[in-house]
Amino acid sequence: MNYLADVAALARKDLRLELRARDTLPAMLLFVLSTLVVFHFALPTGADEVAAQGLLWVALVFTALLGLARAWAPEREGGALEGLVLAPSDRSAIWLGKSAAVFVFLALIELVALPAFALFFSPLQAEAVLGVLLANIGICAVGTLLAAMAAASRTRELILPLLFLPLAIPLVVGGVGSSVSTDPGRYLLFLGLYDAVFAILCWASFEYVVSE
Amino acid sequence: MSTSSPNSRVSLVSVPALAALSAALVGLAIVFAFWVAPEDADQGISQKIFYFHVPIALTAYACFGWGAWKALRLLWKGDEHYDLESYVAIHQGTIFGALTLATGSIWAKASWGHWWVWDSNQLVLFLVLFLFYSAYFMLRFSIEEGPRRANLSAVYALFGVALIPVSFFAIRLAEDFIHPTTFTRDGPQMTGSMFFAFCVCWIAITMVAYTLYRVELLGKRLDANLRELREILTA
Amino acid sequence: MIAARAVEKRYGRRRALRPLDFRLERGGFLVVTGANGSGKTTLLRLVAGLASPSGGELEVDAGRSALGYLGHEPLLYRDLTAVENLDLYGRLYRVPERRERMGMLLERYGLWDVRAERIASYSRGMTQRLALCRALLHEPELLVLDEPFTALDAEGAELLDRQLAELAGTATILLTTHEPARVEPLASARVALA
Repeated sequence: MNYLADVAALARKDLRLELRARDTLPAMLLFVLSTLVVFHFALPTGADEVAAQGLLWVALVFTALLGLARAWAPEREGGALEGLVLAPSDRSAIWLGKSAAVFVFLALIELVALPAFALFFSPLQAEAVLGVLLANIGICAVGTLLAAMAAASRTRELILPLLFLPLAIPLVVGGVGSSVSTDPGRYLLFLGLYDAVFAILCWASFEYVVSE
Repeated sequence: MSTSSPNSRVSLVSVPALAALSAALVGLAIVFAFWVAPEDADQGISQKIFYFHVPIALTAYACFGWGAWKALRLLWKGDEHYDLESYVAIHQGTIFGALTLATGSIWAKASWGHWWVWDSNQLVLFLVLFLFYSAYFMLRFSIEEGPRRANLSAVYALFGVALIPVSFFAIRLAEDFIHPTTFTRDGPQMTGSMFFAFCVCWIAITMVAYTLYRVELLGKRLDANLRELREILTA
Repeated sequence: MIAARAVEKRYGRRRALRPLDFRLERGGFLVVTGANGSGKTTLLRLVAGLASPSGGELEVDAGRSALGYLGHEPLLYRDLTAVENLDLYGRLYRVPERRERMGMLLERYGLWDVRAERIASYSRGMTQRLALCRALLHEPELLVLDEPFTALDAEGAELLDRQLAELAGTATILLTTHEPARVEPLASARVALA
């Protein structure tokens, strides 16, 4: 299908750009590891294991924000976003391709961050990892669209966290719940619901984010 | 001129008439809430705030919903005037949201002795929404006027109404590991006359919100018309 | 191919383009001139579909796949090579025999030797030439060019002259420029913006 081919071409482009520039991924990696170390000092003795699980989610959300702030930078530099908008392909493909690439970046970071967390604090259950994956989808879908909005604003990097954090709260709830609750299934289902609702919303509305 | 008479789109009732009606209804509501409705057995006089807190909250939801509807119309039809209507509705919603937080806080202090309690799901939801819609204004004010700003505001407004139920569920789910649930519902059980008083208050506050919406819309449209006139005269 | 009736564009209070009427028939060549700030770029963006008019009517009888646009910015990825840039656009525009077409354009515009280098290392003239390749890649029926000669070097300008002469009559061309004399022989219509 042409649509998927477009999405793939666009996602490949982003992966290639990151491979070449190598600026965002190392920064995100260092950031998440540093944050985990800071958490060690921020948790006084006697604080639960459970509190640490919650902090993992704070680390993930803020690391994602770091990456998202730069998500549309390549399009900004040469005006390429207009080139993509002019193309006959569906505008939502632009969003989907970019989200897919951001998802890959985030997943790569988590490949290191989660074991690091298990090492520094406490081991993670399978449900927690699944929660991370499901939350990733939401973070990437919503974050990519909001980053495009922020790019149109005068205050750019400054405004992205403000737009994103309220929308990230349900993801944090779902994620923490899947880590610490005795019934993680409910939280995983909830994450799935969030992903479905917001992915559809993003898919349908991206057209309007890039048009005047 | 692209914007014709400021009142041309909503025509049935004039603004001064609305204002008078609202004032009358609010007066009636106060009478009902404080004198007609009986005092609650458990909470006493502080429960009276409930008659205003809940309608204000419901009105805020209605404003956000109305703003999102106008936003949808903007994206669908593309008529400029929907942008202003959406913005004003959300503005009102945010004001009523802030009032919800304020009245909720007063109620919390009066009922449980703390200015803030995480136990009240409604209050927490409003806190999240307040943050969300504050970002709406920050977004709007950081973009130059024009179709781009209108489109982005509209999309964000739609995200807002999607967030309301999703956040609600999230907060409910979070009860498990955030706080033990000490209060099962926000509102006390209502008797017949209490319910009637509640309804009067609800109608009154909705009317106030609608009046404010019309007033603000009128003011902003007059502003825009004045500007256009000035431009034409100096061009 | 293009019919404009009282087309205007406003950004809030700022008027970017005053109401304008014009027509451009298929195969025509319209040259738009005007001082800076008169709305040349805005007009081209409206025709290209990058913005929608605030007032009036604008009919453009060319879909996105039949339209080629060259703006002030190259619309390219600085960290990709010429080949990679054109390949991406070639896929998005579903250009048949993509590789051949890319090769042909790169060679024609003197970029074959540097095709595998990141365009961040290109000179301004080279980048503009590549941008032109991008605009021509899918053989558009309507070509919209915003001051194309400005960023080109002498060699590139000559190549563009030749290309325009070739396309005039078959493709419809809308062009803004500061030096109308250059394209005067090809022009079938002229519009001067106030």
